[in-house]
Amino acid sequence: MPIISIRDLVVEYDGRRILDGLNLDIEHGETMVLLGGSGSGKSTLLRHIIGLERPKSGSVSVKGIDIAHCSAAELKTVRRSIGVAFQSAALFNSMSVEDNVALPLREHTALAPSIIDLVVWMKLAVVGLQDFGKLHPQELSGGMKKRGAVARALALDPEILVLDEPSAGLDPIVAAELDELILLLNHTFQMTVIVVTHEMPSAFRIADRIAMLHKGTFSSIGTKDEIRASTNPRVRQFLDRVPGDITKAPTVAAYFEKYMQRQEKYE
Amino acid sequence: MASVLEDVGKKTLNELDYVGSLNIQLWATLRAMGSALPFVGNRYRWQAVVRQMLQIGVDALPMVSLMAICTGFILAMQGASELRRFGALHYVIDLVAVGFTRELGPLLTAIAVSGRSGSAFAAEIGTMKVTEELDSLRVMALEPVEFILAPKYLAALVSVPCLSIVSNVCGILAGGLFMFLSTHLSPLLYVRYVLTSIQLQDVMTGLIKSVAFATIIAHVGCLEGFRVRGGPDSVGRSTTSAVVKSTFLVIVADAVFTAIFYFTGKP
Repeated sequence: MPIISIRDLVVEYDGRRILDGLNLDIEHGETMVLLGGSGSGKSTLLRHIIGLERPKSGSVSVKGIDIAHCSAAELKTVRRSIGVAFQSAALFNSMSVEDNVALPLREHTALAPSIIDLVVWMKLAVVGLQDFGKLHPQELSGGMKKRGAVARALALDPEILVLDEPSAGLDPIVAAELDELILLLNHTFQMTVIVVTHEMPSAFRIADRIAMLHKGTFSSIGTKDEIRASTNPRVRQFLDRVPGDITKAPTVAAYFEKYMQRQEKYE
Repeated sequence: MASVLEDVGKKTLNELDYVGSLNIQLWATLRAMGSALPFVGNRYRWQAVVRQMLQIGVDALPMVSLMAICTGFILAMQGASELRRFGALHYVIDLVAVGFTRELGPLLTAIAVSGRSGSAFAAEIGTMKVTEELDSLRVMALEPVEFILAPKYLAALVSVPCLSIVSNVCGILAGGLFMFLSTHLSPLLYVRYVLTSIQLQDVMTGLIKSVAFATIIAHVGCLEGFRVRGGPDSVGRSTTSAVVKSTFLVIVADAVFTAIFYFTGKP
């Protein structure tokens, strides 16, 4: 049975369809990479997987619980088994890094403060921030913030780790270090990892399977090799970095014509 | 004509939506208040309450005291200039004592707290929303109402009435200083006159008002923060809006309470 099951997921904002009937199963212990260009709906899909938003229709089941229609108590239980690191890191600026990591432990466990301190140190050590625990997020670099967010996401040893654009804006070395960390977590703790990214090297390094989103639908789902060998034009365009036709003369002319028609209509 | 009616209808619905949101938030906070109480609640939440009490109450003491001293002095001078003509200068004591305990002490305090803390609540929560910190809380199975709002509300419920008492004392003492300077009335005699002119009921009605004002300030400030959409400019707008709306609602609530006390025979 898949740990996450998405069925016919439809999401609309102000009548605009963002996700259009998505279906996806993510197996336990799998690293699934959600790939896609900007505005393809990756982060929206992620927000529905972690239950931050409710879809227009369809279902998202995590560990057998439909989080789009479950009770608040059930949603809390599901959330305790998910660790999330946001694209912006979203560490609490009013707290030190170690307090950020300690927060879920203090709130959800009855561990003694000395044990919490030890666990926090271990989590920070996993991401290489053991010497920076006393600092506040605003005193850290972008890469350190992202690693801090991963440490916080790991605090409760979640079954599912969700990372939104973990390598975006990082230098290649730090990005590669994060990739290795994800692989380590997946192999050592059998965590199910979902990573949203549009960084191709990172995706092909860490993924067991890749789901490629385009305009709210999956254009392709498969293993790394299947995606590499795909003949789907959207996938090929993405992999081969082929620019769209947005700057080509006929496209610009079509935009201009539409603009003129609109102006005439208003007059 | 139709568009005017449309606008009026839309604005009315928006205001009703706002009042509804305030009520829902108030009930949700009251349900979550148990976790913020000392001894029976969450230890970390109570620590947050104490920190908030220091910020709302102790930090505002100099400002509230100075405002009350100036207003007490002004009230005594203005009252004296008129009452002297009728040979009723001693009524200045009643004017200042009763005016402050029933009305000016709580109102001045509420305006000061609204400007200082209402805006701070909106800015803090709005920034947390923009930086995805609120989403972070939710995915850690922590409810923002319980984690952020309940400590702020409990702290305001304790701090605002305490500040109102300080404001009453400072205003009345300023009246005494004026009486000493203008009529050489001894401070001890002034205190005796004050104690005979005010009743416990006057103090209680003032405190009831200040509890209502604390509720308005905390909830309007927090709701404005939760309603932030977009970026930093939206945080700025919500901060301004929090001060304007909470000050307006405090004055409206003051009028309502005063009318109720007047018509029910209580001062």
